[in-house]
Amino acid sequence: MSKRCCWSQKIQDGLVYRIGHVQLVSNALRGVRLRGFPSMATDNRIHFWRKNAKVPGRFPKDTPKANNLKSKKASSFHEFARSTNDAWDIDDEEDEDFLAPIHPSSLPPTLHSTHQVPPLTPQQPINTTTGPGPADRLAPPTAEVRLQHEEATDCGQINGRVVVKSSSEALLNTNTVRSTLQKQQSLPVRPIIPLVARISDQNSSGAPIMTVRDKSRLDKFKYLLSCPNSDLDELRKHSWSGIPREVRPITWRLLSGYLPVNMERRDLVLKRKRDEYFGFIEQYYHSRTDETYKDTYRQIHIDIPRTNPLIPLFQQPAVQEVFERILFIWAIRHPASGYVQGINDLVTPFFVVFLSEFVEEDVENFDVASLPLDTQRNIEADSFWCMTKLLDGIQDNYTFAQPGIQNKVKALEELVSRIDEDIHNYFKRYEVEYLQFAFRWMNNLLMRELPLRCTIRLWDTYQAEQEGFSHFHLYVCAAFLIEWRKEILSMVDFQGLLMLLQNLPTIHWGNEEVGLLLAEAYRLKYMFADAPNHYKR
Amino acid sequence: MGDESYNFVFKVVLIGESGVGKSNLLSRFTKNEFNHDSRTTIGVEFSTRTVQLDTFTIKAQIWDTAGLERYRAITSAYYRGAVGALLVYDITKHLTYESVERWLKELYDHADPHILVMLVGNKSDLETLRTVPTVEAKEFAEKKGILFMETSALDSTNVEAAFQEVLTAIHKKVASREVTRGSISAVTLSSTTGTASEVQEERRTCCKNL
Repeated sequence: MSKRCCWSQKIQDGLVYRIGHVQLVSNALRGVRLRGFPSMATDNRIHFWRKNAKVPGRFPKDTPKANNLKSKKASSFHEFARSTNDAWDIDDEEDEDFLAPIHPSSLPPTLHSTHQVPPLTPQQPINTTTGPGPADRLAPPTAEVRLQHEEATDCGQINGRVVVKSSSEALLNTNTVRSTLQKQQSLPVRPIIPLVARISDQNSSGAPIMTVRDKSRLDKFKYLLSCPNSDLDELRKHSWSGIPREVRPITWRLLSGYLPVNMERRDLVLKRKRDEYFGFIEQYYHSRTDETYKDTYRQIHIDIPRTNPLIPLFQQPAVQEVFERILFIWAIRHPASGYVQGINDLVTPFFVVFLSEFVEEDVENFDVASLPLDTQRNIEADSFWCMTKLLDGIQDNYTFAQPGIQNKVKALEELVSRIDEDIHNYFKRYEVEYLQFAFRWMNNLLMRELPLRCTIRLWDTYQAEQEGFSHFHLYVCAAFLIEWRKEILSMVDFQGLLMLLQNLPTIHWGNEEVGLLLAEAYRLKYMFADAPNHYKR
Repeated sequence: MGDESYNFVFKVVLIGESGVGKSNLLSRFTKNEFNHDSRTTIGVEFSTRTVQLDTFTIKAQIWDTAGLERYRAITSAYYRGAVGALLVYDITKHLTYESVERWLKELYDHADPHILVMLVGNKSDLETLRTVPTVEAKEFAEKKGILFMETSALDSTNVEAAFQEVLTAIHKKVASREVTRGSISAVTLSSTTGTASEVQEERRTCCKNL
């Protein structure tokens, strides 16, 4: 228990310390970018920041982050520990409303993140499918709460969720029965979105949605996007620091190369690509029951419901069918790798971003089936093509024996050995292998270590960079690892280290934290990109 | 977690087809949790639990990995130092049971020949959907000289018992010196046979890497 609270406190301390530097960092970056790259052959960490004339020691008026954190820090430590430990944490004010009627006992502070399913209140109807589901699974929630162990005070593990099966379910002899919340709009109470699953609120620290600076950035983007031939370089430059939500869908399409920069050609190209995708569906999708493809399809089929299941959006049957189609078509068109577990995660950011164009409020709860069919189809096709482009750049991550990942993990180890000897030696001492934790970082592009909203922000920068998903990602991983150096160096054995590294506490992360991470990655890349034994072999 | 002293560290691996419930067996045993919201396992995942066997404190180091065999090239080292294995199948999916032979082969190809194996038929709560008869699986296990149990990670049935049985059997093997230290390198002997400093050093090296 104490260890977990320790981490939280350390992170909190770290954040307060770091936030004080965030203005420093972003100014530093801007300084470097505007003036060109000064020679930094012998720079160390401190001098990097000092190069820039502007060293503000104060926070601009429109970022109340410091105040937020100060007030958070002032609250009782127990409250803080409870709120940071609990994956189901929501804003403080709402705590009483949501938790009181649902939990008979208060949430016990636990050592591990619990991933508890919040018990549905009896008023909420649980919709279940007809079909070959077992009768006992469809029993009312209370019946399933019977836990054998007395010490289980966290009795909230009610399975109130039954998956509504996709139509292709009938083709498989499967009995996976899970629940989903039916038609969210018809429910009197919106389901609670755990903090880790919240997509729409990207500034989890509570910063206002649109600051003055944000408004001017949005205007800049709108201007760039209004030109008949978008200047991709300019767009990249501005996207690096984050793309305003409103213009993200079109900017992502442009940056990925999917949408042509020439405005006149766009409609034509889009229509052609979308038709092409649905042509594939017509041509190939039926073959998912064929001997050659049925294993592929089966694997995709059981993986989709396990893709970020805390986000209700992904439990909707319409959405799951979209993912199945996209992944199946991609897999059969890429036989060198076929479908690999992890790729299912990679389609979701595109889908969410393209969907967000049509959603005012919480995209996590939006009923996709309520959109016009054409819109749904366009989102699907665009997600397919953009995911394809992403994977093109990292395909050797997924071919047999996954050589791309092996190389990247080795490169990470090498990089860390140079930038942080302490951590590197600590790993050696306790025999922690980088492959044991970093494999997932490469395979899933950190999507398993960060909330989805953070991935989306991260991909703004990755798409702004050249080869961002394969090259810059390495430095982001290094920066991410070093982020936890205090916690790492406080572990006393192999077990502790590995449990930490596989469960890093990032559920509260938002734009600020990702911004800091990217700034640090940028610094590392700048300092080590031309060093010998570089990643490029 | 991790601060109490222990006499032994036993590395146990979970193997079996994708979707049979390995991750939830792990979480049920080490954290008493079951997740309908669990995600696909990527790479290797890891958890521990300390148990008491007689007078000894055993730290069970349980490793979990993806079931997709094709992409397990990097996890071939997964078996190194493992003294126990739970080979899991889904009692409602006969296909996952049919793969058991293949998994056994892979196990013996990569792991210590003395490794303790238990065949585990998971999802016993779904009795109405059963496609693998208990008797058949039990007989198969006996024929292969491995342990057998049916479990449900969802309602906890036999999860504790399965792990306890495996750990006890490992412990017996180690205590009876049936295996020399050389062949099951992950296991250390307690200070009853060595000096305190020897134990200290062994404890560091016993936690074999992947």
